Amino acid sequence: MKFWRALLLSLSLFCCAYRAPADAPVVVVGSKQFTESVILGEVATQLLRSNGIEARHNGQLGGTQFLWQALLSGEIDLYPEYTGTVVEEILDGALQDKGDLGAVCRALAARGVLMSKPLGFDNRYALGMHVARAKELGIGAISDLRGHPQLKFGFSNEFMDRADGWRGLQRHYGLPQQEVAGLDHDLAYRGLVSGSLDVTDLYTTDAEMQSRQIQALEDDQAYFPDYHAVFLYRADFAKRRPDAQQLLQRLEGAIRQESMIAMNAQAKFDKMPEAQVAADFLRRALGIAAEPRLQSLGASLWRHTTEHLLLVGVSLTAAVCTAIPLGIVCAHTRRLAQVTLGIAGIVQTIPALALLVFMIPLLGIGGLPAAVALFLYSLLPIVRNTYAGLQDVSQSLIESADALGLTPWARLRLVELPLAARAILAGIKTAAVINVGTATLGALVGAGGYGQPILTGIRLNDTGLILQGAVPAALLALLIQALFEIAERRLIPRGLR
Amino acid sequence: MLELSKVTKAYAGSAVLRSVDLRVPTGQTTVIIGPSGCGKSTLLRLINGLILPDEGIVRCMGVTVGIATALALRRRIGYVIQDGGLFPHLSARRNITLMAGQLGWALARSEARVKQLAELTHFPTAALDRYPSQLSGGQRQRVALMRALMLDPEVLLLDEPLGALDPLVRYELQTELKALFDALDKTVVMVTHDLAEAGHFADEIVLMREGAIEQQGTMTALLEAPRTPYVERFVRAQRGLVDSFVKSPG
Repeated sequence: MKFWRALLLSLSLFCCAYRAPADAPVVVVGSKQFTESVILGEVATQLLRSNGIEARHNGQLGGTQFLWQALLSGEIDLYPEYTGTVVEEILDGALQDKGDLGAVCRALAARGVLMSKPLGFDNRYALGMHVARAKELGIGAISDLRGHPQLKFGFSNEFMDRADGWRGLQRHYGLPQQEVAGLDHDLAYRGLVSGSLDVTDLYTTDAEMQSRQIQALEDDQAYFPDYHAVFLYRADFAKRRPDAQQLLQRLEGAIRQESMIAMNAQAKFDKMPEAQVAADFLRRALGIAAEPRLQSLGASLWRHTTEHLLLVGVSLTAAVCTAIPLGIVCAHTRRLAQVTLGIAGIVQTIPALALLVFMIPLLGIGGLPAAVALFLYSLLPIVRNTYAGLQDVSQSLIESADALGLTPWARLRLVELPLAARAILAGIKTAAVINVGTATLGALVGAGGYGQPILTGIRLNDTGLILQGAVPAALLALLIQALFEIAERRLIPRGLR
Repeated sequence: MLELSKVTKAYAGSAVLRSVDLRVPTGQTTVIIGPSGCGKSTLLRLINGLILPDEGIVRCMGVTVGIATALALRRRIGYVIQDGGLFPHLSARRNITLMAGQLGWALARSEARVKQLAELTHFPTAALDRYPSQLSGGQRQRVALMRALMLDPEVLLLDEPLGALDPLVRYELQTELKALFDALDKTVVMVTHDLAEAGHFADEIVLMREGAIEQQGTMTALLEAPRTPYVERFVRAQRGLVDSFVKSPG
């Protein structure tokens, strides 16, 4: 009985905790999973806030398609984008004159999206090589690469897949290289320096170019389109918050190329928080006294902890409420057991990253898709242990219960489940520990948690930041393990210990 | 009271009971005896509907045993099995009162009944809050008996209730149980494979072999007028052991 009371209590507790946040008219700014986009997102957010408009920055969410979908579905109101990306990726290269910004605006408007005027800098794609290596081979422009088929190319995964990325470039220039690896942008830079890579894609505002002696090759046959930085926002946002939109217009033409490179360098090499970089820029360039909402280590740790606990708690509670009944049904119908355990097993083999990506079109971004993915992962251990625990109850005890005249429901509640409690609890414990680890991936879909500092740490190559997420996650797993040991002592009937 | 007509039961194609007819007299103790695998336990489980016959009819207290009637019938039938079948996660007291609690008995009524049963079965009240694993084999069978008697059933079924006990405890419980059955005046059906034990308890004995009844009657009738050669052999075999042992030292 204690077991069920405890379960019910935790369920109601988590239901209270996971109520949807109050739907205040907050402006939501999105940004992509790289430093420059995060800084621009911060700049916009702080500009709005400094004028009394409540704004939230949903930072480092993912790639172009992800942000675009989030904008269309209304999860975010605006995000920083580049004209070249709009033309090639979002509008699928359907425009006749790719340089005609007016035509771009009209095409976007047809989809309910408005585009700001260019912010002032141009962050186009380029191919980069280490200065010394380029000099040694006498390469200065992209067409020079044709003569060196042995060179090792490594491109960011997005560049590999984009319409205006590697495939188009290879056709345009007739490049012969076959050995092309897809990898993380920041890792690619390290590859260039260490010599394990010869050529990678880069952005012309990358902070690394100067510091790591990397040279951008000339686009001598004009393949890459212009990549003027702009803001994309929803048409209904402009109607809803004309004050906010007007304010954002102050950024048009206000960010010069050198400023952007300097800001990127501050964030990347000086380890200055993006919020601080953005605030400094607003003060310097626009004379606005923005107050960055910097969180102390303690405060951010607390926030990540609550986010993480909420993710784990909600998904685990939902899994317990689903998987135990499912396990009970399985224990009474063998054929269903095979099917259910089979399906749960297949779900378990889907990589977490892939499962999260599947969730986005269905559930949007934030805590929900992450919680659903974690829920699915928690099912198997609990269903399997419930099933096995009930199967292990001896036939003579079941018959004794029947002979007393207990109804099947009373028999389940008073005899079978208490006898299976140890196995069921062990299943929940396994699910909880797996959950704590997997929940770090939730940050990829904007769910926050300990994955947030880990993700940022990887982006900024900051081990300290990575540990800020990894260490508490490991501690939490240990803590949960300990809590379950205590729960076991309290919930397992005395006669079974 | 208890009646089986032309009852047939098979497990996985092999017959366990072959068209058995049996009447058990009310208020008496009937012992079913026979070699293992002869269908005695099956017969007992048919009476409280734990299994249902393939053919034939089982009637108990005027009701035909079936899916619809089994649940209500079982609450009027006590059932004790060899190892007691006690629930290991519940204390002796909770084991005994489990069903009464389900039926909404008041605590005071339940407690009074447990106290009464503990006296009846000579069970120390101090041990009522122990778990089955903390009790001796004899104590466990006493708890199982109390559990079976809790709702004051009209019929008591016992499947080798003393089979797993060591000889001294077994002897002690045999004496106590006999006195108990005489005092309670219930219809008791007990299964055993020990002729001496059968003779000790039985008003009437039912000797079974390979799913059929060989003879039903008193112990005296079995000893003095065996109806088939098998009954004669069975009786002789079980008596022979004791007799030869008693004679041999002389």
